[in-house]
Parts: sequence; structure tokens; C-alpha cells
Amino acid sequence: MTVNVKKALAISQEDFVKFREFFYRKTGIQFEDSKRYFVDKRLIERIEATGAENFRDYFINLRFQSSSDELQQLVNVMTVNETYFFREEYQLKCLVNHMLEDVVRRKRDTSPIRIWSMPSSSGEEPYSIAMYLLENWKGINEWDVELIASDIDTAILDRARRGIYSPRSVHNLPSALLEKHFRPLASGDYQISDELRQSVEFSRVNLMSATDVRQYRGFDVIFCRNLLIYFDDLSRRQAADTFFDALNPGGMICLGHSESMSRISSLFVVRKFPDAIVYQKPLEGR
Amino acid sequence: MALLRNTSTDIRQEIPAEDAASLLAKLWDESATTRRLVARDLARFPEASHRLAERLEEESDSSVREAIITSLAALADITAVTALIDCLHSEDAALRNDAIEGLKTAGGLYPSLIQEALQDGDPDVRILAIGVLESLRHPDVEQWLIDLLDHDAHLNVCACAVDLLCEIGSGRAIPALERCSERFPNEEYLHFAVGLAIQRLQGEGTL
Amino acid sequence: MKRILIVDDAATVRLFNRQILEKAGYEVDEAINGIEALERSLLTTYDLYLVDVNMPLQDGFSFLSNLRAQAITQAPAVIISTEAGEQDRLQAWEAGANFYLIKPVKPDVLLQLVDMLTGEDDQ
Repeated sequence: MTVNVKKALAISQEDFVKFREFFYRKTGIQFEDSKRYFVDKRLIERIEATGAENFRDYFINLRFQSSSDELQQLVNVMTVNETYFFREEYQLKCLVNHMLEDVVRRKRDTSPIRIWSMPSSSGEEPYSIAMYLLENWKGINEWDVELIASDIDTAILDRARRGIYSPRSVHNLPSALLEKHFRPLASGDYQISDELRQSVEFSRVNLMSATDVRQYRGFDVIFCRNLLIYFDDLSRRQAADTFFDALNPGGMICLGHSESMSRISSLFVVRKFPDAIVYQKPLEGR
Repeated sequence: MALLRNTSTDIRQEIPAEDAASLLAKLWDESATTRRLVARDLARFPEASHRLAERLEEESDSSVREAIITSLAALADITAVTALIDCLHSEDAALRNDAIEGLKTAGGLYPSLIQEALQDGDPDVRILAIGVLESLRHPDVEQWLIDLLDHDAHLNVCACAVDLLCEIGSGRAIPALERCSERFPNEEYLHFAVGLAIQRLQGEGTL
Repeated sequence: MKRILIVDDAATVRLFNRQILEKAGYEVDEAINGIEALERSLLTTYDLYLVDVNMPLQDGFSFLSNLRAQAITQAPAVIISTEAGEQDRLQAWEAGANFYLIKPVKPDVLLQLVDMLTGEDDQ
């Protein structure tokens, strides 16, 4: 028998409290006492993965490391980051039930409403928005909508353009919609209809590049879910700046359900709709 | 009316990047939107920090101020960091707190300037400077806090130092925490904070 | 049960005030800055706000002006500041504060004020 060193790894109550406070301050995510087991398990996972000797060493490294790599890893394991159709559907409801009405009320011409999905990832989000607009927004008969989806990763953009998805990816879709907008493939996967594929413009964008983002202007709604939480403080602020400048006055941004602008930027106004909280660019310069 | 087809390639047109001189000229433009975009763009030019700092002094639009501060934080030269520290003296709470955000990322390059701010004559500036320390990642931060506990005459400055030590301190700070508690014998909040810090730091050893 | 939102970036301050208030039978929520405080205020109805001035990303004065501009049931707010200057008091009133306390706050003073502002003193 060898001595099992890993068994000795344990998170004390004090450790847990310290970690919880730190994580809350950084991300806005707050763990209740009932999440103790979940948090401990993942912390120990990261302590082992980084080769730290114990919680204390790991925590020092986490706080004093000049890059935020480990914090990103940690956020990754503490949050569930999957992408599938109609994920966080309450925001899509909010879009068609309230946000777009708000946008339309302010419009002075008949130019298209512009929506930016960033990061597009493999396309589930922008296609979900497209489907939701077609199925659930009456205004689609009166207004043109331009949907732009961007990502830094060209390989994933190619996948998004192809629009082929596993059953797991479409599991949350009502079967009527699956039948209507997808074509089953011999492989068991599903390909999204040509009509929807053509309704989303995919583009490669590095949010941190001034040259890349300069031409992204005049948006009414931006979806940026589960991205900024992985950025360090300065990059986050710069990304929020970019979104601010990309939005029309009164335009709105949706973040992921575990993200809050309260850890990112003071530029936006908190706006509550019945389905969701979103962040709005002030109407006039403050 | 419908979802538009993805053929609108005209938005892909290249907009040429402007040079520093032409951007600087627009930093005093009438439109806040222009000033803001220019301030952001200037983050690419190291020579811009002086003029950005000048503009910050008279800028009243909060979205422009935010952009200037973020650019100063990205430039992070001595002019930029000095300008951010000057903001800590402002009567405007929003400006003070925006400056702290900037200093959290840029201040680490000039620890001596932050250390000076910890000795400022105004206790409120000292308190704000403590707010920058956690993100500074400087090995002497704990010692600076211990010095405040031992010498700062102002109760609220000491209380803030205790709060931060509670998060980033080590067992080494415990004697200073105890001494500080004795310096202010009838202060319930301070005693509570010291007690909590000692409880957290016991068993932490020395960093 | 009356519900109070503590808005302060210092974890120790939040804990200290929370313990005092919970012991006296209040329900307490916390926020780390003005933006989070506004998010909470839009989701929950509070009977009182205890608000620090200097906080990251959004200060207490900006929070109060934003809060007062919302079409929600308004409750009294106490600004708790380290600054004793006239300028700060003035800014607090302008932002919509009902009371101004200087740090550090004595527990009995805090409780008395909270009881008074939530109407718990005459029950």
C-alpha cells in the first residue's frame, strides 16, 4: 500500500468562506452553504490539476498570478458551459416579448433591426434567435432583421455555417420546430434549414482588436453570454467598451445567467423586463 | 419583411485607422460620442497619455471619462498612472472609483506611486489607495498594510487595512492587528474586523 | 419581516452589519457595488438601504440616483461614508439619501436608526 497523498486534500470551513468571498467578488457568483460539496470537489480537482500542495498554496497562486488563466479554468469548472438550442430561453422570450418592442418604439426609419451574437460558437445561439424571431415575434412581418454572429475561432465558424448538430444539441427544441427547421441526416445528426443558414451572417472577430471591431456599429441588441466571465478585468472592460460603442443609444446587451455587469462595467443602465434583466446603453450621453 | 439574407457584405469594408495627431485633435470635439471613440483609439499611442490626462481633468461626460481612464490604464506609463492617482483627490465619487478600476490594472507598474498615496495627507485618499492594493500583486503589500496599522492616526484607514489583510494577509500580520486593536480601545467595528482577520490568518503561516 | 439591503464592497463591513441586523430580526441581502444593488432592488422589494459611498464600478451616490429614478416602491436609504465633508453630505441628499452616517458605525446607533426608518420602533 502506498500512502494516498490526495486523500489528505480537504477544504476547511475557513477555506471555503475565503474562497466563496473571493469568487463572489470576482465573478458575482455566490455559492450557498448547500453548494459546499460541489465547490469543494471542484476546488480539489483544480488543486490537483495545478500541482499545488494544498488549498492555501493554490489560493495564493490564484490571487497573485499575473495572468488570469487559473481563474478562467476555475470559472469553467464552477459553471456549466454547454451550448445547445434554446439555452437560457428566458432571454429569447424577453427579446421577442419586450426588448424588440422597446427597440421598435424608438426607431425613426424602416432600416433593419440589427442583432449581434458574440461569440457565435457553433451557431446554436444565432440560429435560436433566428428561429425565435420567425416563430414568436409578430414584428417580423413589419421589420427587417439583420443577424450577425461572430467568433474568434474560424474552425468553429465553419461548423456554424454548416449547421450540423447532434441530437444532444437540439434536445431542448420542441419537436415541431425540429421537424420544421431541420433535416435529419443519415448519421443521426440534424442539419438546420438553408433558409435559417442564410439568415445569419457569420464573421471572424477578435473582440480585443480595435481594427476588427471598428466596423461593428449600429446594433440594437447584443447577445454576449458566458464569454466575459472568462476575461481578465482589463479585457472585460475593453470588451464592454466595444459593445457600448457597437450599440445604438437605447440598445441592449444580454449576458449569461451567471454573469453580471456589476463585475464588468459601469457604462450600462440595468433594465428589468418581466423575463430577464438586461443592460441598456443610455439614450443620451450621460 | 423578414430575416435578411446574409449577403450584406458592405459592412465588411475596411475603415482606415487614423494616426495619433488626427485623433488627438478630436479629443476636444463637441460630440461626446466622437470624444469617446477617439479616447479609446488613443490607447494604441504611448505619446497620447499626456493629452488624455489633460482631457480627463475637464471631461464631464461619464462615458468619455470611462474611456479615457481605460485607455490610461492600458497605456500605463508614469503620466497615465499619475493622472489616475490625482483622480483619487476628486470630489466626484464616480471619478474616484473609476480611477481605482484603472489603477488596479496599471498601478502595479509603479508601486512607489501607490505607496506614496498610502501616505497622503487626506485619509480618504489613503483609504482609496488601499482599495488598489489587492490587485497590485506586489510582494510588499502586506508590509505596507502592517505599517498603516501601526502608524496611521485615522481609524477608518486602519479599518480598511484590516479588511484587506483579512483577505490577503498572513500570520505575520497578527501582532500588528493586535496592536492596532489596542490603539483604538472602544471601537466595536475595528475589534470585530481584527478578530475576524486573526481567525482567518491563524494557520496561514507566512506568505 | 423587514428586509434590508447592505451595499458595501468590504466583506467585513457587510458581515458586521448583517450580524447586528439579523440578531434584531431583520432579513438582510448584500451587494458589492451600485450595479449589483440595483439588480437586487429590481428583483426584491426592500424596506431600507444601507449604502457605502466608495465602491468599485458604481459608487453609492450614483446607485441612489439610479434607484430613485426607478418606477418601483421606494424605501429610505442611509449613506454610510468615511467622509465627514459638507460636499459629501450635499451629494448624498441630492442623490436621494434620507440619512447620512459617518463610519465606523456603532451598533446601537445603527439599530436605532434602522428601527426608526423601517417603522419598527413603534410596533
